[in-house]
Amino acid sequence: MNFAVLQFPASNCDQDAIHAVRLLGHSARYVWHKDNSLGDADAVIVPGGFSYGDYLRCGAIARFSPVMQAVKQFADNGGLVLGVCNGFQVLTEAGLLPGALVRNRDLQFHCEHIFLKPATSDSPFTNKIPAGKILRIPIAHGEGCYFADEETLAKLKSNNQILWQYCDANGNLTDTANPNGSLLNIAGVCNERRNVAGLMPHPERASEEILGSADGRLIFESMIAALQNKPVAKAA
Amino acid sequence: MKAKIIITPKKAVVDPQGKTVQGALEHMGYKGVTGVHVGKYIEIDLAPGTDPATAQRALNDAAHKFLSNPIIEDYRLEIE
Repeated sequence: MNFAVLQFPASNCDQDAIHAVRLLGHSARYVWHKDNSLGDADAVIVPGGFSYGDYLRCGAIARFSPVMQAVKQFADNGGLVLGVCNGFQVLTEAGLLPGALVRNRDLQFHCEHIFLKPATSDSPFTNKIPAGKILRIPIAHGEGCYFADEETLAKLKSNNQILWQYCDANGNLTDTANPNGSLLNIAGVCNERRNVAGLMPHPERASEEILGSADGRLIFESMIAALQNKPVAKAA
Repeated sequence: MKAKIIITPKKAVVDPQGKTVQGALEHMGYKGVTGVHVGKYIEIDLAPGTDPATAQRALNDAAHKFLSNPIIEDYRLEIE
């Protein structure tokens, strides 16, 4: 499979994402923010970082870049798109995912390992995660507090669009396990069509044991399995 | 000619900055503060002779699409 990893000015997890995909034996290449095309990509990763200096709001400027118009079209055609950290913020700003990410409730930048509970295996991003498995994955953000209005939250719940929630080591969704004040402990969601997802934690930074955890691989393996089982439209 | 855009967090969104500033004001002894909301202020210089109604329409569009995020923020636009 071919993964396209976007590069904005001040992306900084792009190399990690490329490395994680290649570790799994698949190909990955950078796509510059000024490019209008994703080439022959089977899936897109919008990586973490501080695109355009996080000016105005995180992700607010990146969403208007030429490459994001191609990503929108790719997503509209059913292509798989994963946004990590700043990538999640970009996808919410672009309207490809519901809700918004606001300042952490304690105003601190959190850089630590957290525990994640996959809320469903019914998505191209979670299908390879064994039932009951709690993922240990790092976060590194100052604006990761997930917010959506009550109507949107109700819709996320009824459509099973919440994919990952912050939990303790035993899988309990407690307030103390919530690092940033996210509503419903939400760490990541998908769109209604289930082909676009975003999460604040960094699976690419937990893709091999030498990094302290390889749990993040399961998310990339899920995407690969989904692509192999059900070929999706190639990018234009 | 200038446009001024004042962006504030929506009431439903937790505003930890506002709360922290409110706590500091109380700690300093300022009485009667019942709420603090920290937002953004954007000043835009417009070419002389710009039609205010046209600028109002264009900047409302920009404020809605780009300068603010309607999910979490409200804005007020003034042209003078």
